[in-house]
Amino acid sequence: MKLAYWMYSGPAHIGTLRIATSFQNVHAIMHAPLGDDYFNVMRSMLERERNFTAVTTSVVDRHVLAQGSQEKVINQITRKDKEENPDLIILTPTCTSSILQEDLQNFVDRASLESNADVILADVNHYRVNEFQAADRTLEQIVRFYLEKKKRSNLIENKKTENPSVNIIGFFTLGFHHQHDCRELKKLLKDLNIDINLIIPEGTNVKELPNLTKAWFNIVPYREVGYMTALYLEKEWNMPFINITPIGLIETTRFIEKIQSILVKLNYDINVKNYIKNQISCLEQVLWFSKLHTRDSSILNSTEQTAVIFGDTTHSLLMSKIFVREMGIKVLWSGSFCKYDSSWFVEQIQNFVETLLITEEHAKVANAIAKSEPKAVFGTQMERHTGKRLGLPCGVISAPIHIQNYPLGFRPFMGYEGLKQITDLVYNSFLLGPNSSNLFESFGNNLLYLDSTNQILNDTVIELVNWSESAKEELLKYPGFAREKIKSFIEKFATKQKIDLITLDLFYIAIEKI
Amino acid sequence: MAVLEEKQLVFECETGNYHTFCPISCVAWLYQKIEDSFFLVIGTKTCGYFLQNSMGVMIFAEPRYAMAELEEGDVSAQLNDYEELKRLCLQIKQDRNPSVIVWIGTCTTEIIKMDLEGMAPKLEMEIGIPIVVARANGLDYAFTQGEDTVLSAMAQRCPNKKIEQPKTIDSFGTHLFSKLSELELNLTGFRSKQEKKHPPLILFGSLPENIISQLSLELEHQGIDVSGWLPSKRYMDLPVITEGSYVCGVHPFLSRTATTLMRKRKCKLIGAPFPIGPDGTREWIERICQACEIQPSGLEEREAEIWQGLQDYLPLVSKKSVFFMGDNLLEISLARFLIRCGMIVQEVGIPYLDKRYQAAELDLLQRTCLQMNVPIPKIVEKPDNYNQIKRIQELEPDLVITGMAHANPLEALGINTKWSVEFTFSQIHGFTNAKDILELVTRPLRRKENFQSFGWKKMVK
Ligand code: SF4
Repeated sequence: MKLAYWMYSGPAHIGTLRIATSFQNVHAIMHAPLGDDYFNVMRSMLERERNFTAVTTSVVDRHVLAQGSQEKVINQITRKDKEENPDLIILTPTCTSSILQEDLQNFVDRASLESNADVILADVNHYRVNEFQAADRTLEQIVRFYLEKKKRSNLIENKKTENPSVNIIGFFTLGFHHQHDCRELKKLLKDLNIDINLIIPEGTNVKELPNLTKAWFNIVPYREVGYMTALYLEKEWNMPFINITPIGLIETTRFIEKIQSILVKLNYDINVKNYIKNQISCLEQVLWFSKLHTRDSSILNSTEQTAVIFGDTTHSLLMSKIFVREMGIKVLWSGSFCKYDSSWFVEQIQNFVETLLITEEHAKVANAIAKSEPKAVFGTQMERHTGKRLGLPCGVISAPIHIQNYPLGFRPFMGYEGLKQITDLVYNSFLLGPNSSNLFESFGNNLLYLDSTNQILNDTVIELVNWSESAKEELLKYPGFAREKIKSFIEKFATKQKIDLITLDLFYIAIEKI
Repeated sequence: MAVLEEKQLVFECETGNYHTFCPISCVAWLYQKIEDSFFLVIGTKTCGYFLQNSMGVMIFAEPRYAMAELEEGDVSAQLNDYEELKRLCLQIKQDRNPSVIVWIGTCTTEIIKMDLEGMAPKLEMEIGIPIVVARANGLDYAFTQGEDTVLSAMAQRCPNKKIEQPKTIDSFGTHLFSKLSELELNLTGFRSKQEKKHPPLILFGSLPENIISQLSLELEHQGIDVSGWLPSKRYMDLPVITEGSYVCGVHPFLSRTATTLMRKRKCKLIGAPFPIGPDGTREWIERICQACEIQPSGLEEREAEIWQGLQDYLPLVSKKSVFFMGDNLLEISLARFLIRCGMIVQEVGIPYLDKRYQAAELDLLQRTCLQMNVPIPKIVEKPDNYNQIKRIQELEPDLVITGMAHANPLEALGINTKWSVEFTFSQIHGFTNAKDILELVTRPLRRKENFQSFGWKKMVK
């Protein structure tokens, strides 16, 4: 048992459902108690989906507990088969079914005899894998299912498309800025005159999956999901793949060069040099922007800026690289909650950042932030709130996220357009942070920050010492980012002196000791 | 629609394939209500994920709740449950020092048959903090019924006689104290002249403090003294419940709590409609008066006055049809109120219906329909969402009250929706809050009117 308040990654079935609902005409049936279909709410709320989410439940209740599901699962499958006419039904186990140990595979086998749809059981174990791992597996499982089927039916015609083409593997529902990244990547490939064969799973029909092999190669844009599928396609179908994430100028360049090298190996002549050069010249504004900021030493000098970064493997790694190599911002530490993939993360990032934090506990992350005193935090929604508490600005760069992180406007992180978006995000975070509050506050404008101050005062759980009104007011005059530190210093000081009321006088005595 | 078809209540039961929140969600409002509590949900990542996402920003406010997340070793019984729980509870004691720890049992603890009720008393002795066990799992209950399981467990913890509070020594305190008791003496002296004595009355159901004062005040006007609320603001102040006390519920979903109070605490349950809407509130007060043998006064005027205040809203809802898909057990009371407002209710879906506990409410629903001359809606227990959507597409109601899973897709089909969960989290009880219910109900209707000029209706093919 472990005490948990917050999770960075969800349970396994969420990963499976995200993959299933991203495909077209696939229906997922959860073997779960009533109430576990919260996924439908999330998808409807966060993605503002217009269609009903194709997830239903074969309800596990008392009756099932006593006598087993018996025909219930099968009936649910055949019923959905008739009602919705899906191409594929995925039976999805949950934590509950994991311990019931019913022979779900048997139900699936029997149901598939009676239904028009293909039926498979998602091969995920609640206690062994998390949301990301489950998504990665389920995608591979579906792809494998359809390709093996094709193999068996002797329809293997391993012909490639005439023009170079790719599959993009790993864009799916509820992903962090996936839709925007997808659009940007499509544009980039179009510019390079490369066709897109299939994008999976988002928006693709499973019936098209056998066509995957027609592409010349595969692209896996994110580390977390799609890798297993790409490996399978490489091994069984001899398809090379790129697993460079085109986020940031250097990585985008590397990504494009890698495309070239793969194509050249496949005997296709392409030269990306001019394209890259052109694109960079279009980015003048970004480069100018960052030059401008690094020039002005008094307030905005980014070499004096420090940041900490926490998120999923992909975003944490890429943002760290951008900060260090492209913006000259000092990264005090970077971290990831993808513990299961930590060796890869460490290997990739170690040349850029000295200190790493790999944990699933948000409290450890919060402590590390407080201790390292960065000028800005880049992380998930949880870090945003930690930042708020500590009076630090924060940019959200990774899931878990809220509805405001599903913007309607075009906000990719990938490619050249993504670079502009990241530049805005980073500089705005620093600008809106302590630097600008310094400016404001030196002009005597405290009003703007009163809100966050109050929160800091209230958030402290145990009030060991009391503050007199005048001392409290005095504290408010200090800039937001320093306030928490000053406050705790003075409280410690007072406790040491065995004084339980902080007066204005004591406040100043203590301040002098800082 | 003036044709009277149904004069009797018709009940149906479908497949139970519907969307609702897991009952562990009650943690979200109960930890806020009971200020010195700590809720420990003993379950899996699935439970945690649900709470984390459904609580929204509350999760960042250091809530007094946590998951005891079961790992593989726990479900395969390699680890000792008692020792594990002890370790976590000691940590909670050290970090938060609550006056009570509430263990919420989940599906997993049910399936692996973890004996929470057996372990709690032992651990309670060992660590010196009361541990209340509520099995609010998705196998047995829906959404708001979670509160029912918690309150029914707490009902057994209410003291049966008053415990003397230690006197405060601080001089200012004593001063205030004596002043207060003087005041109280005066008040009771004043009251006892015109009031009849009635057995102690305890109300049950979690409500925000301001609504508690509003409802208590309404009763006080009738000369009725509320001797306590279950739950109280603090666990330490749980009300005294003695044999023969009167109890009355404020929520339609508290049937287990009612049963516990009657069977285990030997209380008398006052059957009444629920104080939702001015009509419900008035009858609720009347039934309590009746039980206490007090002649209610001025209620008719009070109700009329509230209806008067709703005049602006009523034309907006009059003759509009509404369909409840059913997910929080407030449906019957809300339907009854909306019918009284002039709406036509096409279907009342409801997760579970205790016909005895809701008897007075069902009776009022029937009377209201007759009075308003509209057909009595069909009540569908354990609805099937798929079938319901088919019916909705046929009936084309003006408003569907439903969960978030269906709201956006229905909107895209050109059907107005109201998110049902909002009724759970808004203040809808008592005379004064009737307006808020209509505010919620009319919002989508008003918005529709604004949008109509754009010629939007369906947004999907
Ligand atoms: S339905 Fe059961 S497993 Fe699911 S969240 Fe509720 S208690 Fe947990």
